[in-house]
Amino acid sequence: MDFHHALFVDNDLCIGCTHCMTICPTQAIRVRNGKAIILANRCVDCGECYKACPVSAIGVEQDDLEMIFKYPVRVILIPSVLIGQFPRKIMTSGIYNALKDIGFTHIYEVENTVDMVLEAGKQYMHEHKIRPLISSYCPAIVRLIQVKYPSLVGNIMKVNPPIDMSAMYYREKLKSSGIPQDEIGLFYATPCAAKIAAVKSPVGEVESAVTGVININFLYNRILNYLQRKYTETEPPQTDDLLSSKGILWSLTRGELVHSNGRALAIDGIKNVNEFLENIENEKFDNIDFLELRACDESCAGGILISGNRFLTVERLKNRAAEYKARENDKTRKPLDGFLNLNEHGFLGNIEPRPMGKLDEDLSAALKKMERKRRLMCYLPGFDCAGCGAPDCQTLAEDIVQGDAQVSHCIFLQQQMTSQNLLSQEQAVRITGNIWGKERLEKNCNKLGAEDENN
Amino acid sequence: MQFRHKIAGGDFGKAGNAASSVKKILRQLNIDHSISKRIVIALYEGEVNVVAHAYSGIIDADIDDTKIKITITDKGPGIADIEQAMQEGYSTATPQVREMGFGAGMGLSNMKKNSDSMKISSIPGDGTTVELITFLKSDAR
Ligand code: SF4
Ligand code: SF4
Repeated sequence: MDFHHALFVDNDLCIGCTHCMTICPTQAIRVRNGKAIILANRCVDCGECYKACPVSAIGVEQDDLEMIFKYPVRVILIPSVLIGQFPRKIMTSGIYNALKDIGFTHIYEVENTVDMVLEAGKQYMHEHKIRPLISSYCPAIVRLIQVKYPSLVGNIMKVNPPIDMSAMYYREKLKSSGIPQDEIGLFYATPCAAKIAAVKSPVGEVESAVTGVININFLYNRILNYLQRKYTETEPPQTDDLLSSKGILWSLTRGELVHSNGRALAIDGIKNVNEFLENIENEKFDNIDFLELRACDESCAGGILISGNRFLTVERLKNRAAEYKARENDKTRKPLDGFLNLNEHGFLGNIEPRPMGKLDEDLSAALKKMERKRRLMCYLPGFDCAGCGAPDCQTLAEDIVQGDAQVSHCIFLQQQMTSQNLLSQEQAVRITGNIWGKERLEKNCNKLGAEDENN
Repeated sequence: MQFRHKIAGGDFGKAGNAASSVKKILRQLNIDHSISKRIVIALYEGEVNVVAHAYSGIIDADIDDTKIKITITDKGPGIADIEQAMQEGYSTATPQVREMGFGAGMGLSNMKKNSDSMKISSIPGDGTTVELITFLKSDAR
């Protein structure tokens, strides 16, 4: 089965530098013909490769903006981190107006439904005894658990995250005001690739209520452009009646944690999460009830499509939350109308483990391969130079036993083989060319640090 | 297939390393998660026992296509009364060790619970050997 991924390698830009390959937390990248390739069954769309690439060759797919105009009613669901990128002196009304100028007819904030998410979470915690429960909020983490920590799949709290809850809510709400279902286009402004993958190939639900995704960095530029042309500082601030201080902080680190019962921990950054889950799997840490895990440093403020500085974004959102907090006691705030039913809309279906790196379905065959892999490791140099087009020696050894690579891909073994006449010079050059691309071996002064680096 | 891991007594930071390596192997062998989870938990308990009570230890894992046999051999004070040590809650850990969350007396009984068979032998003043066997397919038990 194939998994949809929002990240792709732009072959025209990729220089086969290995930065993405060595940083990938799931060893999902190889270099072939001088270009990075992403292995679909391992990638979790965390975006580490996107951040690491020095020439911006990792792309993030997005739906064409024109697509929104197919729908008479064009809803954009914006997460609070979109607003958080703009300096405080810009009133939210300026941002809302810019979004209307771009073509959206309705603007709602994603986090309007967090109270429902919380309610569903409480119920889930009550009904399921397994601990720790792991938040389903960050789709990169859900996928990481599926591929790398399959035994913890049962710990994922199967509660719909705010984006799905809100998409369903607004769809129902608009339908109830008489708009036919097929006239409503619901678009999500996404801070990351993982959320795109979650919309396009949802885990634990049949179909997402979201019609399409628009990347936040694209909207950010369009909004800035609009503000430069049209913004007047006299515009009155716009407030979203459903939004709460809780919602504004939800996507930040500790945003969920502060509302959970029992002993809870919040961990951000995929490297930290990886380290922690490793220990959880061994049951090294006991008595933890809830884990809020986010792939990005500073959670969604650090999403790969967020252009603004993540620390300032966090600061601004905290200030915004304080303002909303002040008006929360004000009884005129509208509660969420009852368009959703917790049991029907609150929960995710089954989440399948899909362990990566299994050597064979059959145990005896897998054991043979494992033995061969371990024998190979006795010969591979073990310093993970990536010269073979795999991120490290162990991964190369696994690729070899799976028939996806050869011993001669290791540049050190290759040298030995040529010196012992097991391999001809021409063969060796050809092998290296297949991994690193033929042009790699030719003179090229356009690279960073070379004579014509800027040409 | 054989796998060996050495443990130094008293090095709590490293307790769990053997369990992690074995876990990786079991994952690559496509062992059912519920089974590998038990194996890893039992092994981790064993590692902690060695770190907390012994001077040094060796873990040997032997995997074939029906079962995994883990032998944990340590050099240490040994166990005088094994039956007593098997009881839940029994612990000789010092208060410092307990405060770190280790040695709550769940060790041996938890290991037994998480394996298909367990044998212990011990010579007081010399050391302890624990042998754990777990079948790798749920229908083999
Ligand atoms: S997105 Fe993450 S998992 Fe996917 S290839 Fe990049 S670094 Fe690896
Ligand atoms: S932390 Fe937020 S922005 Fe980052 S991958 Fe997860 S959901 Fe996306």
